[in-house]
Amino acid sequence: MLGTVFIHRGLPLVSFLVLAAFSLPDFARAQENPYFVAYDHYLEEPGNLEIEYFSTFGTQRGGKDFHSYWMEFEYGATAWWTTEFYLDGQTTFGDSTIFTGIRWENRFRPLKREHFINPILYVEYEHKSGADKILKEGEGHDVEADFLTPNSVARQEIINEMELKLILSSTFKGWNFTQNTLAAKNLSNEPWEFGYALGASRPLALKASARRCTLCPQNFIAGVEMYGGLGDRYHFGLHDTSHYVAPVLGWNLPSGWTLRISPGFGLNDNSHQFLLRWGVSREINGFGSMVSRLFRGGQ
Amino acid sequence: MRTRRTGVLTSILLIVAFFLPPALGQENANPASEKKSSAETMYSEIGRAPEKARAKRNPLEKDPDAVAAGRILFEQRCAECHGDSAEGGKKGPSLRANEIQDAEPGAIFWVLTNGVVRKGMPVWSKLPEPQRWQLVSFIKSLGPASAKTDAPPANTSQPRSR
Repeated sequence: MLGTVFIHRGLPLVSFLVLAAFSLPDFARAQENPYFVAYDHYLEEPGNLEIEYFSTFGTQRGGKDFHSYWMEFEYGATAWWTTEFYLDGQTTFGDSTIFTGIRWENRFRPLKREHFINPILYVEYEHKSGADKILKEGEGHDVEADFLTPNSVARQEIINEMELKLILSSTFKGWNFTQNTLAAKNLSNEPWEFGYALGASRPLALKASARRCTLCPQNFIAGVEMYGGLGDRYHFGLHDTSHYVAPVLGWNLPSGWTLRISPGFGLNDNSHQFLLRWGVSREINGFGSMVSRLFRGGQ
Repeated sequence: MRTRRTGVLTSILLIVAFFLPPALGQENANPASEKKSSAETMYSEIGRAPEKARAKRNPLEKDPDAVAAGRILFEQRCAECHGDSAEGGKKGPSLRANEIQDAEPGAIFWVLTNGVVRKGMPVWSKLPEPQRWQLVSFIKSLGPASAKTDAPPANTSQPRSR
């Protein structure tokens, strides 16, 4: 159902956006963090659009391995508000490829200035099927065995979910440390579920080079992230939850592209043993002005 | 059927919601006065830098590469708003104005670090401290717009890599 709606209504628009954005010459040199799950306190620059593609390959004990993927369109509405739209899908090997849902995420910066610890408020609405496998967060009692259900059955379940996060992030001597606390509510009368993500990262060099270069150490950011579920309102804690640790590496190219890669490892028997994530993104300057011109009739 | 309709409506709502902020955010009745007000706000922000921040010296003051590195950073991060030659752009005020050129390096560093979030300038603490000081070195090397200066314009020294 979701797939049909997406193909008929959303695909042409998304294709246009991707083509238009990637053919625009005016890029911004990104300084993106290398995280896949954790968020730091830096928002998108106002008026810029970042288009991102991410993949996750995951192993599955007792079932078929999978490859999930998602597109993100991240827009800096203001210097204190970033809004983001997601499209998710997955392929389960030997089963099928399906579209699994959409997400609309918003991050708000409540404080005007930089502090030692910087809070960001995160609000997300998810409209997805039960076959969603992108593992963008660890929450509740999500475990590896949940992914054993065949796509044809899992996609019948439609989930409307609100997700709230408190992001606390700090940058000290070039290091970024971030801690995300998550509370998610399936709107179909399910209990609140909880989760966490932690991250630490640092550029390989703190000073910028005086020459333009692609392989300079300041273009690479390395770190590690850890995330998992914390149960739900009735059974809070680590019982029946999954947890992962993943080294992360980001490469900010001078051409405006950012590449990321991260091998992830399950920390207990409820977790997938291995996740390999990778992603590519590009930031487009002045997207807001472009849309504004469209609304003003090209003036 | 109901789920399908809900899905379509949700998709439309999300797409409208996603495109509304850029459309609204760019709508200015008078761009010239908006720009002037933005410049005044930014210049007054320099004056708000605490004494301790002003007193900070640029540790890369004597680094011969700091200006060149700062120029590249400026082109990558700042030129979009402040203009290729830092004389003011679509959104950001001139950095060659006396308010900036006469300011202590520590005050400029403080504004870079904290941004002027409510007026559209993002926080730049995502750049490591030495890179922010390199930017300060470059900005201070520009000199006032009217003055003859040895520092080349930001966009003429090296071709922009694509």
